[in-house]
Amino acid sequence: MRKKVIDVAEEVSPEVQAEYQRIHATPEFKALQSAYRKFVIPSTLAFMVWYLTYVLFSNYAGDFMGQQVFGNVNVALLFGLLQFVTTFGLAYAYARYSLSKMDPISDELRAQFEREVG
Amino acid sequence: MTMFHSVLADDRVLLAAEGTTSDNRVLTASLFGFVVLLTVGITFWASRNTKTAADYYAGGRSFSGMQNGFAIGGDYMSAASFLGISGAIAVYGYDGFLYSIGFLVAWLVALLLVAEMLRNAGRYTMADQLAYRMEQRPVRTAAATSTIIVSIFYLLAQMVGAGALVSLLLGIDGETAKNITIAAVGLLMVFYVVIGGMKGTTWVQIVKAVLLMFGTLLISVLVLAKFGFNLSDLLGTAAQESGQGRAFLEPGLKYGGSTTSKIDFISLGIALVLGTAGLPHILVRFYTVPTAKAARVSVLWAIGLIGTFYLMTLILGFGAAALVKDEQKQQIVDSGGNLASPLLAQAVGGGPGTTGGAILLALIAAVAFATILAVVAGLTLTSASSVAHDLYASVWKKGTASEKDEVKMARIAAFVIGGVAIALAIPGKNLNVAFLVALAFAVAASANLPALLYNLFWKRFNTRGAVWSIYGGLISSVGLVIFSPIVSGKGLDPNGKNLSLLPENIDISWFPLENPGIVSIPLGFFLGWLGTVTTRSRVSEERFPELEVRSFTGAGAEK
Repeated sequence: MRKKVIDVAEEVSPEVQAEYQRIHATPEFKALQSAYRKFVIPSTLAFMVWYLTYVLFSNYAGDFMGQQVFGNVNVALLFGLLQFVTTFGLAYAYARYSLSKMDPISDELRAQFEREVG
Repeated sequence: MTMFHSVLADDRVLLAAEGTTSDNRVLTASLFGFVVLLTVGITFWASRNTKTAADYYAGGRSFSGMQNGFAIGGDYMSAASFLGISGAIAVYGYDGFLYSIGFLVAWLVALLLVAEMLRNAGRYTMADQLAYRMEQRPVRTAAATSTIIVSIFYLLAQMVGAGALVSLLLGIDGETAKNITIAAVGLLMVFYVVIGGMKGTTWVQIVKAVLLMFGTLLISVLVLAKFGFNLSDLLGTAAQESGQGRAFLEPGLKYGGSTTSKIDFISLGIALVLGTAGLPHILVRFYTVPTAKAARVSVLWAIGLIGTFYLMTLILGFGAAALVKDEQKQQIVDSGGNLASPLLAQAVGGGPGTTGGAILLALIAAVAFATILAVVAGLTLTSASSVAHDLYASVWKKGTASEKDEVKMARIAAFVIGGVAIALAIPGKNLNVAFLVALAFAVAASANLPALLYNLFWKRFNTRGAVWSIYGGLISSVGLVIFSPIVSGKGLDPNGKNLSLLPENIDISWFPLENPGIVSIPLGFFLGWLGTVTTRSRVSEERFPELEVRSFTGAGAEK
């Protein structure tokens, strides 16, 4: 089925709109949103600050970054590798979190939607 | 006979100068031929199942998370990453590594804020997600403009790089060889996109990602084996051979100079980390999987692959600094670092003139070639889709075009975009266009990301805000580069080579930075806010809860 383009926004049937509004008002949906925000807002802030710290240290803390930790491995290299570790770690944590805290709610709400209008 | 001899003799001189032999050239050419045949075969195979618009634009949304993760890797790890980053590490040491970190951390933005929501809310293009609650024609026009400009920038950088690289790797030189290479790469990418659509393009990217991971892993292991798997030894030798000593392992060789270059580096760092999640050719990859959960899984795979790959480029870069010697070392410097990986492969295979060296050099050259082909195909498909789906079907035909016509238009657009890219890349082939990749990231972060994030997370956001942020981010980032030292006013280097794009007697520069992100990204966000608060849209606000339900739960998402 082709949706006719109108000059305002994409056309959606009134039943679908009503069902979206109904789901939006449910406590489950509020719980889903707050679970998402609880994880994403602090972790986004954290990794951005952590990354910018790294960028600024690379620029302005040459002496510190050049300190050798063991062998020829210096702080700069470890700091860089730590960015990899935290990226992998945060991605893994998000995967676990969304699987247990978010997916069950969104699966249930989507099933409701499909029963009503699907 | 005499003529033949003299040609051969000339060839020998040329080839000797490039540290390669004619056997080597035949081997490299055959492997290139193999890559072409393999990808063409895949494209024909994929085309059999491409019938509907969803097949053409989104591969029928039938790829698994893992497959799409590999395809994302194939789309993202461009020649600029593979050859450019390892080359930058080989030449500048630690500062080359800074790119990898920005390119990787950026995936967290895509994972946490964009991938799943976009999969749920959109259909084929970046603009779909905005169109749900905005006036379609202005936002689709703006988003399509930005998509096409970002993709063309990225495409030009890849194609000009391909021209230089393939002629170097095949040991053929001169203007004609470069022109033919650029035209051939352009025709191949149009072929993949027209015949294979998203299915063909995705499989080309998956195969390329596997080849690339395998090739880099092989060379990395061989490099580490030379140092008894002792990383510290590798670093020590690289530092010593670089002639820079310990400074080679510390930040600062490339960006450490003046205050301006330090701010330039911060500006680049911000654009890299925020740009990825706004790159249209990455965004459309999230539509090729059936669910938001699969989109999440694909980003997780992509992070694993891309992260591992960048860790290996560290070994390749320092390995090239440590192990490539003599005239080959000079060649790396002359190529701006681009030849570091291929010449390192030659060195760990046994060195110039050995069979092992020739085989590994040819292998890595073929991997680089496959890398270029997969990336340009993804870019062409993305811009052709946006022309057909956003500009033709929605803006021009106002939704009355049939699905068949829309796909036909996408194929025509692929031809036109391919033609434009070839026409621009050929005269631009001797310019230093590497900055275009960084610029593509800056435009993506300044123009696309603000609109995408505001749309998903800010109820009040409306059409004017979207249009202002997209055009504002686009015009400011491109405009600032026009008035930057990249275009004019950088002067000559000690060898008398012009460092800017315009002739050295023209100077229109007043913006001191080469990377506009530090100004244009906040400006894109600011204009999105300003456009929004100076007007109100009842529809956009009423639709917001619906968009939220759709993007959070996938209810009503395209299947």
